[in-house]
Amino acid sequence: MKQYLNVVTAYIIMFTLIILVGIFQSWSQALSILNYCLISAVMTIGANIQWGYAGLINFGIMGYTALGGLAVVLVSVAPVPEAWKAGGINMIGSLGIIAAMIISIRYVLKKIHKSKKRNYLIAGIILIGILLIRLVAGPGIESIEAVEPAKTGFLGGLGMPILFSWIVGAFFAGGLAYIIGKIALGLRADYLAIATLLIAEIVVSIIKHEDWLARGVKNVIGLKRPVPYEIDLQTSSWFINLVEKFHSGKLKVIDTLSERQDLLNQLVIDASSVYVKLCMAGLFLTVVVILLIVTQKALYSPWGRKMRAIRDNEEAASAMGKNVVKAHLLIFILGSAVVGLAGAMMVTNDGLFTPGSYRPMRYTFVIWVMVIVGGTGNNFGAILGGFVVWFLWVEAGPIALYLINFFTAHLPETNVLKIHLIESASYFRFLMIGVGVLLIMRYRPQGIIPEKIIKQ
Amino acid sequence: MDFLNAIILLLNYTIIPALSYGSQLALGAIFVTLVYGVLRFANFATGDMMSFGTMFAVLLTFYFQSIGINLGFLPTALLTIPFAIIMMILYMLSIDKFVFSYYRIKKSPPVVLAMVSVGVMFVTQAIIRIIIGPFDRRFLDGEKFILKATEFKEMTGLSEGLTIKSTQVITIVVTIIVVSIMFWFLNKTKTGKSMRAYSDNEDLALLSGIDPKKVVLITWVIAGILATIGGVLYGLDKSYKPFVYFNNMLPIFAAAIVGGIGNPLGAFLGGYVVAFGEILITYAYKKFFTYILPESLEPNSLMQLLSTDYKFAVSFSILVIVLLFRPSGIFKGLRL
Repeated sequence: MKQYLNVVTAYIIMFTLIILVGIFQSWSQALSILNYCLISAVMTIGANIQWGYAGLINFGIMGYTALGGLAVVLVSVAPVPEAWKAGGINMIGSLGIIAAMIISIRYVLKKIHKSKKRNYLIAGIILIGILLIRLVAGPGIESIEAVEPAKTGFLGGLGMPILFSWIVGAFFAGGLAYIIGKIALGLRADYLAIATLLIAEIVVSIIKHEDWLARGVKNVIGLKRPVPYEIDLQTSSWFINLVEKFHSGKLKVIDTLSERQDLLNQLVIDASSVYVKLCMAGLFLTVVVILLIVTQKALYSPWGRKMRAIRDNEEAASAMGKNVVKAHLLIFILGSAVVGLAGAMMVTNDGLFTPGSYRPMRYTFVIWVMVIVGGTGNNFGAILGGFVVWFLWVEAGPIALYLINFFTAHLPETNVLKIHLIESASYFRFLMIGVGVLLIMRYRPQGIIPEKIIKQ
Repeated sequence: MDFLNAIILLLNYTIIPALSYGSQLALGAIFVTLVYGVLRFANFATGDMMSFGTMFAVLLTFYFQSIGINLGFLPTALLTIPFAIIMMILYMLSIDKFVFSYYRIKKSPPVVLAMVSVGVMFVTQAIIRIIIGPFDRRFLDGEKFILKATEFKEMTGLSEGLTIKSTQVITIVVTIIVVSIMFWFLNKTKTGKSMRAYSDNEDLALLSGIDPKKVVLITWVIAGILATIGGVLYGLDKSYKPFVYFNNMLPIFAAAIVGGIGNPLGAFLGGYVVAFGEILITYAYKKFFTYILPESLEPNSLMQLLSTDYKFAVSFSILVIVLLFRPSGIFKGLRL
């Protein structure tokens, strides 16, 4: 039990902090933070599978997150029949061209030996393919985007339940990871970091600018939800009764009926948002727990030992007959799929898909900071890192504001420095996170909860 | 005549912008490559370090403008570069002393140093935003154009105008000067040679009595000069915005890898490869072809390979292709 003490303490402190936010700021705010903490935790599990288990640096988290989000749109949004009629055939045609390109490239790779001729042939196939796609897809895209551009202007999705899209998101991200892994996994660690960072940027720029796919920077709003809507709750009697029962003490004190009704209405509105967020939190928590169990099992299975062996000494592992390349590819796909799942969860939580908001700072580097701070190679640590860093990321502004006010209390309100500092309080979050990473890397390189090797 | 017009068109919209953008990338890429070659890590704080140096140039420019110092038709920012470089080098050296040197002495793997540089990136970004804010700032003053389109048309009688911005000329000239001095230093002086030796084989260099502290110091000094000048030139040409500088790290990395990371000459050329790739592939050639083709063959479409939205994506695709076919860069082994 003693060895788990630090884990338990760390988690208790974390949840106390969130509860404190609930008491001092608002429960809705606390639950928003909790939900995002849980999503971040899924992302860090994904990154940790790659970095902690296998030592692969994947700076492409942003790309997989965005792809997971795209999956939500493609699966859950209702299809736009006019758009399909206008340009569906063109798009299916270009999909066929892409498939033909892949098949012919594979054929060339198989049949012709490695030579300059082969490279030119492949380049030729790609160039001709791109020109053909532009020829076929060009008019299709134009007519699709012309269909009610203010409201739709895209093909829409399949109109399926949104929870299904989480799985699809994971598959999308895994598929992308397969391609990237095939291209880049042979590279040295820091090359891989740069390559994945840039490839993720390509993915996001495609999602941003291909309006026919998911409206691009025009955003998709009003996505379906796996949980009830606030408006429905506020009109359903069982929910109002529940709130009344819950707050009966508070309501009894008020005498006049109209005032009591007003208070009840206010309480119902507050409670509905809390209830929705609680439902989300329940869903997310289920995902986190399932992932945690699976990853823990995997980590201490023969497969997990093989992975760690490869991470710690690639040559020795390969001398023992382990296929390093295959193992790396598999873990790259698995980790990325988890990140894709997190991306889908995040879009579900927000109810909107905003491709413009995918930036490497927020979706790659902050996630990496979470993994490093929490503890590499330890799933409990990674999840804790997600919680701690996300909490800091959100609460850094208020904390910094408080500190600035405290230290400049003796200065008059009109002091230029004080005004400037208060205006830039929200940027202290970068400072806190940066200094935090540097301190952790220096004094506790294994993270808050270090990796534990259980001898079996 | 039409042929001349077509050439002017290309010069105006692709070649000159690509040359100046390429120069800015090249300076950054040499910075990345030097840090990678000598200090042996991929510096993810590159963009923000460039932004840090530029910030001082911007602030000093505003100060100089307020007390009435200027360079006449040249931008005031050129006057502030030396001061900004000094601040930049001081910042880099203190970061090195308090952060990077610990890992260097411990001989940590490059991956750890890369992660540490992510931490430095966050801190630098915070300092910049706290000092100057995240806003877009223009600090170009003096003469804006060397040659205006209308003047050019009057001079030559061509229907296509040629505009040359003063920042473009300044960028190219300054880059040529800085890069030639740097290559002279690296190839001809004793210190420069010791740096290259250290970069090629650390143990052998140490055995021959090269002082590693001095090499590291000189590397940061050169890096500071390159980062600040590159950043200021970019800011003069476009504008200064911290977020944009962070993003510029990506094409700069692409340039460094395309040129073969660790190889300064490769990085220099890589900057132009990336810049020309970006601009030539996303340029719409319709007008160009209307000039050179007979009327019956005139194209209807824009004749654009990819839309300009994919500017960044192009440079990254170049990188992916290079990684696939020549992972050590297209200028492998190229030396002055």
